[in-house]
Amino acid sequence: MADHAHAAGVHLETATGLDNRKLLMWVFLASEALFFGSLIATYLLYRGQSQTGPYPSDVFDIPFTSVSSFILLMSSTTMALAVGSAHRGHLHQMRTWLLVTALLGMSFLAGQAFEFTEFYNKGLTLSVNLFGSTFYVLTGFHGAHVSVGVLILASLWAMAMRGKLGKANAIYVELAGLYWHFVDIVWIVIFTLVYLLEPL
Amino acid sequence: MRLADLRGASSRARPVEEEAHSAFQPSMADYVRVAVALAAVTSMEVAIYYIEALQGALVELFLFLSSIKFMLVVMWYMHLRFDSRLFSFLFAFGLVMAIGVFVATLATMKAGLL
Repeated sequence: MADHAHAAGVHLETATGLDNRKLLMWVFLASEALFFGSLIATYLLYRGQSQTGPYPSDVFDIPFTSVSSFILLMSSTTMALAVGSAHRGHLHQMRTWLLVTALLGMSFLAGQAFEFTEFYNKGLTLSVNLFGSTFYVLTGFHGAHVSVGVLILASLWAMAMRGKLGKANAIYVELAGLYWHFVDIVWIVIFTLVYLLEPL
Repeated sequence: MRLADLRGASSRARPVEEEAHSAFQPSMADYVRVAVALAAVTSMEVAIYYIEALQGALVELFLFLSSIKFMLVVMWYMHLRFDSRLFSFLFAFGLVMAIGVFVATLATMKAGLL
């Protein structure tokens, strides 16, 4: 019923007048901001304190990571288009944009897997030094979040293909969109602080 | 202050039905325009990284440009520009807490307690 009320633009009978599922998602994202803030803070606090290599300048490939970052950034655009299509009832477009977003997310993950493999081959393991530990934990948790996002998108796409996702329950696409955009902005911060500012 | 009071003044001024739709104001063309802006800012970041003359101001430039990307995604794609202020408050609270953790840990390390 709440789904139909949301789609019809009816004021919801909640304490805030807002959809509780959306409110809960924002509370969750606030807690996630704290989670990633702690991981980024740990990386920054131990930055430059590794006693042995490999060091960031030995392994980072800025052009490659720039491309994968751009792929994730553009996936936010396709996600926003999916949300817009869902709310407008353009279901064919919604299915297409959901699928494109999931594929872009998988491309980013493939890039991260390639990057991790390259770093490992250059001697950077989880326990070799402080850089390895903090870098893999931070980017690994981010990759795990992207993986969860891809699974959510794939589930929504499958629901849409079976006719179980439409304008009436577009809120689910919107919630998935909020999560996906959050994962994207976390990467914007990681890419700048970890990769671009590393040599400075 | 009641929780409902945290909703934006602008959204309170609109009729209830319009308020519920306010989160979906951007058109598809708006999303594409934001994407073009994001692509432009990312191109600038990568270009700046290789320009010798700008090496002295890289930190400031990167932080400024990434802030623009962050705000574009949060305001337009996550709809905080149009949505309830309560959502903005919750998100800002998480960010402030994250920065607080960083500052507290940094202070603790500098004091030699870690």
